[in-house]
Amino acid sequence: MSAPRDTWKKPPFIANPVLRWAVILGALAYFGWVGTTMPIDWNRVAEGIGRAGRIFGGAFPPSFERSGLLIDGFLESLKIAILATAGGVLLSIPIAFMSARNVAPKPIFYLGRAIIIVARSFHPVIVAILFVKAVGFGPFAGVLTLIVYSIGFVAKMLAERIEEIDFGQVEAMRAAGAPYFSTLTYAIFPQIMPRQIGLTIYQLDSNLRASAVVGIVGAGGIGATLANAFGRYDYDFALAITMVIVGVILVSEAVSGLIRKRIQ
Amino acid sequence: MTTLAEKFGRDDWTRFTLRQRMTRYAVIFGCALAIAWALTSIEVIWAWVWGAPEQIGDLFGRMYPPDPTNLETILKVLWDTVNIATFATTFAVLLSLPVAYIAAQNTTPNRATLWLGRLILVTSRSVNTIIWALLFVAIFGPGVVAGILAIMFRSIGFVGKLLGEAIEEIDKRPVEALEATGASRFKVIAYAIVPQVMPTFWAVSILRWDINLRESTVLGLVGAGGIGIILQGAIDTFNWPEVATILIAIIVLVIIGEVISAFLRRRIL
Amino acid sequence: MLKISDLVKRYGSGDPVLKNLDLTIEGESVVSIIGSSGAGKSTLLRCINRLVEPTSGSINLNGTELTSLRGKNLRAARRKIGMVFQGFNLVDRLTVMENVQSGRLGYISTWAAVTRRYPKEDIRRAFELMERVGIAQYANTRADQLSGGERQRVGVVRALMQDPDILLADEPTASLDPKTSEQIMGLLRDLAGELKLPVLINIHNVTEAKEYTDRIVGMRYGRIIFDDVPAQLDQEAMDQIYAGSPHADRAKDGAAA
Repeated sequence: MSAPRDTWKKPPFIANPVLRWAVILGALAYFGWVGTTMPIDWNRVAEGIGRAGRIFGGAFPPSFERSGLLIDGFLESLKIAILATAGGVLLSIPIAFMSARNVAPKPIFYLGRAIIIVARSFHPVIVAILFVKAVGFGPFAGVLTLIVYSIGFVAKMLAERIEEIDFGQVEAMRAAGAPYFSTLTYAIFPQIMPRQIGLTIYQLDSNLRASAVVGIVGAGGIGATLANAFGRYDYDFALAITMVIVGVILVSEAVSGLIRKRIQ
Repeated sequence: MTTLAEKFGRDDWTRFTLRQRMTRYAVIFGCALAIAWALTSIEVIWAWVWGAPEQIGDLFGRMYPPDPTNLETILKVLWDTVNIATFATTFAVLLSLPVAYIAAQNTTPNRATLWLGRLILVTSRSVNTIIWALLFVAIFGPGVVAGILAIMFRSIGFVGKLLGEAIEEIDKRPVEALEATGASRFKVIAYAIVPQVMPTFWAVSILRWDINLRESTVLGLVGAGGIGIILQGAIDTFNWPEVATILIAIIVLVIIGEVISAFLRRRIL
Repeated sequence: MLKISDLVKRYGSGDPVLKNLDLTIEGESVVSIIGSSGAGKSTLLRCINRLVEPTSGSINLNGTELTSLRGKNLRAARRKIGMVFQGFNLVDRLTVMENVQSGRLGYISTWAAVTRRYPKEDIRRAFELMERVGIAQYANTRADQLSGGERQRVGVVRALMQDPDILLADEPTASLDPKTSEQIMGLLRDLAGELKLPVLINIHNVTEAKEYTDRIVGMRYGRIIFDDVPAQLDQEAMDQIYAGSPHADRAKDGAAA
């Protein structure tokens, strides 16, 4: 018997050596080249460290003096979230059916999917700016923005759920001679309802978070209050607002998680 | 011959018991109440609401046809945007490793570090990227530094939380076995823990890069670098056809990002 | 030589799981520990390499007192104690070679470990042992792609790579089918002889214990009540070890006290 081997190398993740080296060298080149040519003003950065100290000093302790404004802003965000979730979820149902491969004819399927892709690709802030320009400042733009945001998520998830349903139940209904809407009610809705409810609650939570942000560009809610505070260098008020936003998000996430666990 | 009522206790059938029905009505009523409250108390000029479809249509009309004259600048700045997202995600992912380590119950050295780790993650996750951007623009001025920092600070929480959960869910048996061989803590982590969380690590990192690509398109709207600055400029000058071009470029970028992200995640797993 | 004296393990304030246990293992014997669930077999084994902390008592391996060690000294002592587990306890996503080399983690440098640059002697020894147990062809295979019996063999090689003074096996065959189970037991017995290694095996299959081991230790609720060659394990001894309930036992203890 030959002498036992005394060398060993772990098989590399990318087996093809050409590909492997291309990836490694490519990554190094990318980070090296882009890293050095990034448009960074290092003086300004150094200045910034000093500024940071002053800003944090100005931010502590957080000021709740204008809590009236705070509460108004928060309530407006809440209203935006509620209406956007209601509208968005309602619209998502037909769009989801349009985007499900197993219930929609080909052209409608493509249309449905296109709607979802467009709704998802734009950051809500961009959508918010456009709606603000179209319908003016204020919470209405916010509601419209978050309806689009909701559709992008809820319709997509719902469409996936519809594609996963047990089609046997639909066949059974059809075989029994049930008309279209009865089939819908008895065979399809019961299968998607639990997911639908879960998605609605999740989206309400999501919209509450997002409504804090769209306000920054003028679409109403506590984001507007925050942007104002930053603009006026009221850092202590800004900190107070941020703390409230974080608190609300945490509570909302906890409640939302709890409810979703209860219904499962 | 017993009647149905005698045999089963009742002779009708309803889908839900009385109690269930009352709960369902209560919930539906509650939701309706919330919606009604929101509708009636929201500060909206209803005249504008009814004019909305027309206004929206008008806006889209002005965007058509999209104007490609500045396409070169747009693409160059779009490339900057991609770099902001990539660099920031890379740094954030690296920084999230130690945070995830101390935020996981089975690897954290003591209760204080567990609490600290969780605090860092919660703060990071709950403050939106744009808000971080506002802060960093105030500190470091407008530019890519603010943008990169904003994305980093938000991403650490996202990646760290999922990574921490992955660490908590590992199979502990190899950990026990390697401790029994007399390996040091570091080597036990390297051999028993790291290989188990690797798939999640890569999947979450790639996912966050994809999300960050989208986020970095809007950083410029608050001054933190990237294509948002050009977009804001076009909007402010009412150059709607150029706005349309920029939006199309953003959609294409986001779709490419999603394709790459889905491809990589499939290859890794 | 392994000498356990007066070992006690108590969880909380309840009944101790190990009650003043004495056990001595000398030379190159294969010793099996049998007993019903809850007898304390696993706890006893895990006290030896301190995966479980003894409450009191002494465990002495070749002159070193194991119960008082901590930190670097504990790790150094653990290097000399190999352990094979019921669940194999391999790192599923790593290759067989890496799993086997992880037995050497107590000996090699951190750099070598992280970069997988194992010392030549370690690689040679690994291939030798893997050939001996019949898994050398799987060196580059991921551990989770092997069958149960093959995985346990990886576990055995990992333990032997530590060059241990004693090998502990905690129900090594409980997750295996009867044929594979006998293969593993045979392997442990043969290796014990070839490497001049004392082996301590927890087992609940008494037939295998009788056939593959030189000495049987029977435990019952934390105490050793049988310690002899397999031939002496008659039906009466078996009944004593396995029959009865915890309640009855404690009642008897209480009455006797």
